[in-house]
Amino acid sequence: MALDLIQSVTGRAVHVPGDDIDTDRIIPARFLKCVTFDGIGEHLFRDVRFDERGEKREHPLNDPRFAGAAILIADRNFGCGSSREHAPQSISKAGFKAVIAESFAEIFFGNSTTLGIPCVSVGPEHRAALVARVSADPTTLVTIDLQEQVVRAGGDLAVPFTIKPGARESLLRGTWDPIAQLLEGADEVQKVAARLPYVQRAAAQ
Amino acid sequence: MGKSLYDKVWDLHKVRTLPSGEDQLFIGLHLIHEVTSPQAFGMLRDLGLRVRMPERTFATLDHIVPTDNRKRPFKDALAEGMVDALRKACTEQGVTFFDLESGRQGIVHIIGPELGLTQPGMTIACGDSHTSTHGAFGAIAFGIGTTQVRDVLATQTLSLQRLKVRRIQVEGKLGPGVYAKDIILEIIRRLGVSGGTGYAYEYGGSTIEGFSMEERMTLCNMSIEGGARVGYVNPDQTTFDYIKGRPYAPKGEAWEEALGYWRSIASDEDARYDDVVRIDASAIAPTVTWGITPGQAISVKEKVPAAEDAANESERALIREALEYMRLEGGKPIEGTKINVAFIGSCTNGRLSDFREVARRIVGHKVAAHVRALAVPGSMEVARAAEAEGLDRVFREAGFEWREPGCSMCLAMNPDKLIGDELCASSSNRNFKGRQGSPTGRTVLMSPVMVAAAAVRGEIADARDVFGI
Repeated sequence: MALDLIQSVTGRAVHVPGDDIDTDRIIPARFLKCVTFDGIGEHLFRDVRFDERGEKREHPLNDPRFAGAAILIADRNFGCGSSREHAPQSISKAGFKAVIAESFAEIFFGNSTTLGIPCVSVGPEHRAALVARVSADPTTLVTIDLQEQVVRAGGDLAVPFTIKPGARESLLRGTWDPIAQLLEGADEVQKVAARLPYVQRAAAQ
Repeated sequence: MGKSLYDKVWDLHKVRTLPSGEDQLFIGLHLIHEVTSPQAFGMLRDLGLRVRMPERTFATLDHIVPTDNRKRPFKDALAEGMVDALRKACTEQGVTFFDLESGRQGIVHIIGPELGLTQPGMTIACGDSHTSTHGAFGAIAFGIGTTQVRDVLATQTLSLQRLKVRRIQVEGKLGPGVYAKDIILEIIRRLGVSGGTGYAYEYGGSTIEGFSMEERMTLCNMSIEGGARVGYVNPDQTTFDYIKGRPYAPKGEAWEEALGYWRSIASDEDARYDDVVRIDASAIAPTVTWGITPGQAISVKEKVPAAEDAANESERALIREALEYMRLEGGKPIEGTKINVAFIGSCTNGRLSDFREVARRIVGHKVAAHVRALAVPGSMEVARAAEAEGLDRVFREAGFEWREPGCSMCLAMNPDKLIGDELCASSSNRNFKGRQGSPTGRTVLMSPVMVAAAAVRGEIADARDVFGI
């Protein structure tokens, strides 16, 4: 199973403001009733984008100027709460290829990486500079360069970002979905199982 | 320097370092449920793979199970489809499934410990962020996404980065009417909802050592609400006594052998920690949330914060957003806020000791006329034990509905939901916007006894006053 090497992501960007945006807000629980992730992109940020009657509210994702954006910009602790992969799946299925934020919740970060969605962290001032740029001109092209660890916007703005080294490596190497590597280690897995007393006990019974 | 439990258990379960620099980690126990796992079986089929060690995975139903009428087929066709998908996959792959009629069904984080599946020194994964609950036994337990559920099914391993370890030392005696729930709400309030990102929390100190297993589970359960994917307590005699005799507990000679392993993985006296935080338990009062994150909490006697009190603009924005959503006024007491619904249950506080403690307080009291009050046991075992003691009658006589086991009103994936902007006094773990099923519904988190006090008064109240604790 060959995966794409993700060395950079380029596209237009949209800012969804707010610290501590949780996975219930990214995708409300009532849309988790599915046995596949198909079609889940429609429900991204459902309750902040639409009112109870299904009418559009004012929200960056409802703003036609940002339609087709490939990069989501968020604030602090994005994706906190539940481990539901439905959250990054809905972001991905809605057409986003990467997320820039000041920081990410642990499980959300891991789930996104496994789907090949880079989540990169920038400082508050750099985040504000990026937001100012794309808000002033929504057609601004933003590039997340994973080799150089820098976000570029509109030719002259460049800000550094951080990302867990393991996640960066796996995106660059095209091993962000780790299944092939995990399958390769089968013999060694057997050895670990053999040294764990509780696994042996179960095998003996 | 010695090693922490986290480092010992990690090292024992580490298969190898992957080229990315992450570790391939063996998973000792895998728990699955109907919401985040059926899709993983589909991914497995797409890859032409089978479950590698079906004897290390256990399945049950919790999130979508109705708690008023469990008759199949469920009224909700989507829910019925998810149950079917999971049941079929388990049958095909030889995974043990604790179905609705098994007598063992319940919230995954309640049945794991109850059946003796959860044991010290294990790595435990489940597609649910409250998997940290199992850390109460001295296991490394954490929530995973669906693709990772696939990884565990296919390989019994995961690709993970090792966390740092923060020791949270809790000392002192709890005041009357103060519970494990108040301790964890205080920890989250103090360290913040993202303070634990990148850390495993090791809870210790005299307060925690004195806790029962059920109290330790409440504590570890909400680690993720503080940003920590893993939270644990070192195993001790309390742990061993709880496990002994349970259906999946080791027996006879195997028991003695297990004890040796369990003692060996506890943190060394001189273990190295990346950070240490000290908490004085005796200073903590009954705590309630006032906002839309679990870190927005105050003692029931405090006033709701006002935006002006905050140190900077981003804090002010968070307070304003929370007050607007909660329809609360900054600077006013939280006590006296009218409630519409009271919910006792969930993987945080749906265990026998929770219902016992509330029952002994509410005898002779009545739920206020305008309040809808639900008591939902976390598992069939909890329900049976509570009913054998007559707790269901106590709850019913007080005006609670006594329901069948499930996640119920914690997360709005079953018929138990808030309506409109109802305000719920809840023993669950999350007060996010819309969490309890209505996009405008409001949640105030607190201990079960505080929920009972709110139910009786019809408004947020100090349980110590209401019940004379």
